[in-house]
Amino acid sequence: MARLPPLLDRTPVLATLLILPAAVLVGGLLAFPLTLGVLLGFKDATIGEPGSFIGLDNYRYLITDPVLRITALNTALYTLVTLVFKLALGLALALVLNQRFTGYRFWRSVLLLPYVVPTVLSAFAWWWIFDPQFSFISWALVKLGLLDHNLDFLGNPWLARGSLMVANIWRGIPFFTVGYLAGLQAIPNELHEAARIDGARDWQIFWQITWVLLLPLTTILTIFSAIFTFTDFQLVWTITRGGPANATHLFVTLAYQRAIAGGAMGEGAAIAGFTLPFLAVLAWAALDALRRQP
Amino acid sequence: MKRALTLWLPLGAFALFLLFPFYWMVLTSIKPNEELVSVTANPFWVVRPTLDHIKYLLFSTSYPRWFWNTMGVASAATALSVSVSFLAAFALARLRFRGAEGVSLGIYLAYLIPPAILFIPLAEVMLKLGWFDHLWALVPVYSTFLVPFCTWLLVGYLKSIPQELEEAAMVDGASRLRILFQIILPLSAPGLISAFIFSFTLSWNEYLYALVFMSAPGNKTVPVGLATELVRGDIYQWGPLMAGALLGSLPVAVLYFFFVEHYVAGMSGALKG
Repeated sequence: MARLPPLLDRTPVLATLLILPAAVLVGGLLAFPLTLGVLLGFKDATIGEPGSFIGLDNYRYLITDPVLRITALNTALYTLVTLVFKLALGLALALVLNQRFTGYRFWRSVLLLPYVVPTVLSAFAWWWIFDPQFSFISWALVKLGLLDHNLDFLGNPWLARGSLMVANIWRGIPFFTVGYLAGLQAIPNELHEAARIDGARDWQIFWQITWVLLLPLTTILTIFSAIFTFTDFQLVWTITRGGPANATHLFVTLAYQRAIAGGAMGEGAAIAGFTLPFLAVLAWAALDALRRQP
Repeated sequence: MKRALTLWLPLGAFALFLLFPFYWMVLTSIKPNEELVSVTANPFWVVRPTLDHIKYLLFSTSYPRWFWNTMGVASAATALSVSVSFLAAFALARLRFRGAEGVSLGIYLAYLIPPAILFIPLAEVMLKLGWFDHLWALVPVYSTFLVPFCTWLLVGYLKSIPQELEEAAMVDGASRLRILFQIILPLSAPGLISAFIFSFTLSWNEYLYALVFMSAPGNKTVPVGLATELVRGDIYQWGPLMAGALLGSLPVAVLYFFFVEHYVAGMSGALKG
């Protein structure tokens, strides 16, 4: 008589048991709150008060709120500008590191540090670098005679936005560098050699071979970076808290300010809700890019 | 000559930009207050280095407590998440069952959902559960971003392990669970190390959840403690703050330097489908 397989060797049973712990954690503390958050955006809830459904009132109010408008603009600008720089500089650094040289491992490890250390802690360093009284940048510019007063980096809206972008670019370069280094190492050397024999110049080789072959990777890196830049909280909240006068808020810092600091949970959830359509598009694009990956 | 232009010059420029903030952190944490606020002194150097800021941080603030809080939460969250993810990843990479596609998609989407849009409703859930201001509550909370990440990473890794060994063991009558623990587990060591390092680093660096859900000074993590208890808005905060940033960065930096290759492999592995 054939022996029946023990219960645990039945694939559906075993699969369910193995996935269950992960599903409970992710379902209970991620999927459920996400749904709750969407609903919360349609309520007038405050901290400790469940509130009642008020339809689109939160959203209707928010689109007339000048602070939200400037926040939307900031978020778009912050994401787009930093992405361009992170991509270009990250790729440039990858190209530099991709040349074999003594000390390669050392330099690669050290130059990835901005991505590794806790963001809030490096943000403190940037905050101090942008200090209105003691910034070394002001000190150096004044010493060089280019300026006659200190720059109020975080007190002037445009300087503050620029300062935040610099800190974000600083932190994000290594992400692109690591991705591109892996991509560059996957390009067979023969391609470059063949092109060189045919008399192609360095920049032609770069644009027509390297860049083209890296395009699928560029798409993926850009999407991932966009998702995390556009929902950034740590850098902005640490360095400017959305100031001066709400000029540097991103969606998430504004949501935090209104919901947690101000207690308007429903309104905060609605502010976070503004990011959802963009996130959905980016997630779909990421999925599509990953499926196309060779 | 060409090498100077294509290698050392750009490398030097990148090093200057990317490493300068660390130099600034170290410099500030050993600079006495008189020099920090002096308008005449050269800001790029320190004349009389001091350990006062570090001493203040270690003996007059709750910094050591925050440090061990972070260490405990990061270790527990990592252990929980990597174990749970390993089991799920095995099922997704090796077992053929209905709904596997759907689960994979769910994990992937969960991986793309940033904590930044979850903290408000999650705060409600935490209140209902009575988990507010309990340090251990951060362990399951951190698993919400660690589990999708680790599962994703480990599925990719498991798929790269050839199946012959398992098939041979199966022919010999070994059960699925024995195969999982005696064959797959040891073979997955490099993937597991990447998952461990990443999870630990991500938990150590986490800010938003710890900021929203912990309020007693004794329950704070390093980034939250420094940001809420040490930032006093005066000009003398910088020494201790930079010392705290430096000491708080060290554990992840040390871990990273020991396992650079695994870290890099994990970072690029997370981008693969």
